[in-house]
Amino acid sequence: MSKIIVKVGMSSCGIAAGAGPVYEKLETLVKGREDVELKKVGCIGLCFHEPLVEIEQDGKSSVYGEMTPEKAETLLAERTSLTPVLSQIQDAPENHMMGKQVRIVLRNCGLIDPQKIEEYEQRGGYASLRKSLLELSQDQVIDEVLKSGLRGRGGAGFPTGMKWRFAHDAKGDSKYVVCNADEGDPGAFMDRSVLEGDPHSIIEGMAICGYAIGASQGIIYCRAEYPLAIKHINKALEQAREKGYLGQKILGTGFSFDIYIKEGAGAFVCGEETALIASIEGKRGMPRPRPPFPAHKGVFGKPTNINNVETLANIPWIIANGHAAFAQYGTEKSKGTKVFALAGKIKKGGLVEVPMGMPLRDVIYTIGGGIQDDKAFKAVQMGGPSGGCIPASLIDTPVDYESITATGAIMGSGGMVVMDEGTCIVDVARFFLSFTQKESCGKCPFCRIGTKRMLEILTRICEGKGKMEDLETLKELAPQIKDGSLCGLGQTAPNPVLTTLKYFEDEYLAHIRDGKCPAKVCSALIHYSIDPAKCIGCTKCARACPVSAITGEIKKPHFINDDVCIRCGQCMKACPVSAISVE
Amino acid sequence: MPTLVMEKPELEEALRPIIERFKGGKGITIPLLAAVQEKIGYLSSDSLDFLSKEMDIPAAELFGVATFYAMFRLQPQGKHVVRLCRGTACHVQGSLRVGEMLQRHLEIEEGQTTQDRLFTLQFVACLGCCSLAPVMMVDDEVHGRLTPEKAVEILESYRKAD
Ligand SMILES: Cc1cc2nc3c(=O)[nH]c(=O)nc-3n(C[C@H](O)[C@H](O)[C@H](O)COP(=O)(O)O)c2cc1C
Ligand code: FES
Repeated sequence: MSKIIVKVGMSSCGIAAGAGPVYEKLETLVKGREDVELKKVGCIGLCFHEPLVEIEQDGKSSVYGEMTPEKAETLLAERTSLTPVLSQIQDAPENHMMGKQVRIVLRNCGLIDPQKIEEYEQRGGYASLRKSLLELSQDQVIDEVLKSGLRGRGGAGFPTGMKWRFAHDAKGDSKYVVCNADEGDPGAFMDRSVLEGDPHSIIEGMAICGYAIGASQGIIYCRAEYPLAIKHINKALEQAREKGYLGQKILGTGFSFDIYIKEGAGAFVCGEETALIASIEGKRGMPRPRPPFPAHKGVFGKPTNINNVETLANIPWIIANGHAAFAQYGTEKSKGTKVFALAGKIKKGGLVEVPMGMPLRDVIYTIGGGIQDDKAFKAVQMGGPSGGCIPASLIDTPVDYESITATGAIMGSGGMVVMDEGTCIVDVARFFLSFTQKESCGKCPFCRIGTKRMLEILTRICEGKGKMEDLETLKELAPQIKDGSLCGLGQTAPNPVLTTLKYFEDEYLAHIRDGKCPAKVCSALIHYSIDPAKCIGCTKCARACPVSAITGEIKKPHFINDDVCIRCGQCMKACPVSAISVE
Repeated sequence: MPTLVMEKPELEEALRPIIERFKGGKGITIPLLAAVQEKIGYLSSDSLDFLSKEMDIPAAELFGVATFYAMFRLQPQGKHVVRLCRGTACHVQGSLRVGEMLQRHLEIEEGQTTQDRLFTLQFVACLGCCSLAPVMMVDDEVHGRLTPEKAVEILESYRKAD
């Protein structure tokens, strides 16, 4: 029998779910055992089963989910008593969640130890850098990327090859390659997963880009909320330097290139490229008008190429496999794959990578397993604060740039937050406006003040104080904010309001006209009450209430004082006889 | 992270090595302020004034950067920093109720520090663990699949550990 390899998913999500104690337990169990090798790996995307442990032996592998230190013991002793959540990750037609996926960006995530460069190399890592430097001219590299049809995964979908061409053609004594790892869109975590789980793929992508455009300096702008990602990249950078993939005269050629990390300091707008540049330069992260584009005037005034994490992670694969292999996936205008972060009311939340053009239905139902508790699917939010809510009626929309934009949402970075009948759409619109309003840098009056007015209106509607004219005002403000803003933040801020008004006007009307929140979310419009016929006077609800709004004598029906009640729902959970309802 | 309230000479002593490290570099404002915050726990106006004088950077520029980014604090903070995610996925999964519960339990509003200086509560946008929503981070540790009660239990376990 061959060696047993035990891999524990130790990305931030794994650790949050409790992978740490599982790893520690396994460590003590395998101590001194020559036949077992214990490894820390990144996230394979099955986040809903986290913590995950994969066992590999004789070329076969199985993944076990919901691990605990106790289960870890069983795992090593008599594995057969546990049911794996996945077998044979690499090629598993029987595993639905993985079966329909095509893993290019996530090719190594969860399979290798991200802190060991050798494991990346064993899976073909840095061969593309070698090939580019030794066999291809700068033009040939750019051509390959151009022909692959790869478009920027950071949101705007601009053709990557074309961007590289501009940066290549720009005149300058020194140039920069910047990796945008700011991932500010709430609900998206694919960049984090790649940064943590396969940092070398980004470094290799950046080095290839550096060679193609003639840059000698790379910067990874990473948000400070991702401490583990920063740790893994730093380690990877050190290893790449040691092995001669970064530094002077790389692989014996005349090409020199190095990368450093710049930590963000918590501002959503810094994901916008001109604001990001200002932030790298140590200033307030305020966007500026374009042109000049970064390709001509970027970091410290030098020609700069900025790409997103996922965009760059595609590059080594494209160089290794050729543009045609990449372009075989996807639609006419959207080539390749896209990673989506499935979250919200979905059964199998996690990271998935699918060919562009797959219908939303397949992503949500086949891969994502459908809606939690089999409730009714209401909408999926795509594109974060710049995007919109796609309603159930459009569930057959293919996921590609053009089709998603046609719904009023945008592809964005790939966050998909799934909502069910218990999600209030007006509340969601308000949520996004409060986000953009807070994050507006304040430069453009329409973005600064316009979003504030929209937020006030939405708040009013959620509080049951909305007026019919409010809807008109929202529709009037939206195009003005879009036209009056300099950067994408303001230009897209009204999108969540516009799409929800378009597809869910009924729900707005219910709030305004009937004073009702159909999803029973908006505190001011819902009321908890106790059915005296059902109440057994057990006092559990009164004890659960954090604000003492419930009164009543033991063994007699209790009563909720609506003026004191804060609508936290604790009483409903505490009641053993379902006597409490909400209307 | 230590939060120290220092007298002026002591403060200047503490800042000197940081000033030496960054003086003359380009694009240093953010890491400079981060280093100062790391050292004394927050950015006091005394420390910014001193940096401005020593490094010949207008105080307005330092304050401008310090107030732009969420990471920088102009007030001292508690021993543990609790960052509750109020991102989309967490919102849909009920983080609002978790936030209300924490505010009630700690008897502070978001952004504030408890009387005993043990906890500072912040609401942040997304911690990147959306599939485990609702999520909060206490110092560098992420806790997922929260309920209002579980969140309180977690904070209490930190209190006990002290
Ligand atoms: C408000 C705003 C926030 C943005 N945030 C991000 C981000 O977090 N990550 C990212 O890669 N791109 C972000 N972008 C897009 C970038 O400006 C830029 O288009 C992208 O980094 C280019 O890389 P790509 O061509 O590889 O997509 C943002 C844009 C705007 C307007
Ligand atoms: S939305 Fe809360 S972790 Fe992403």
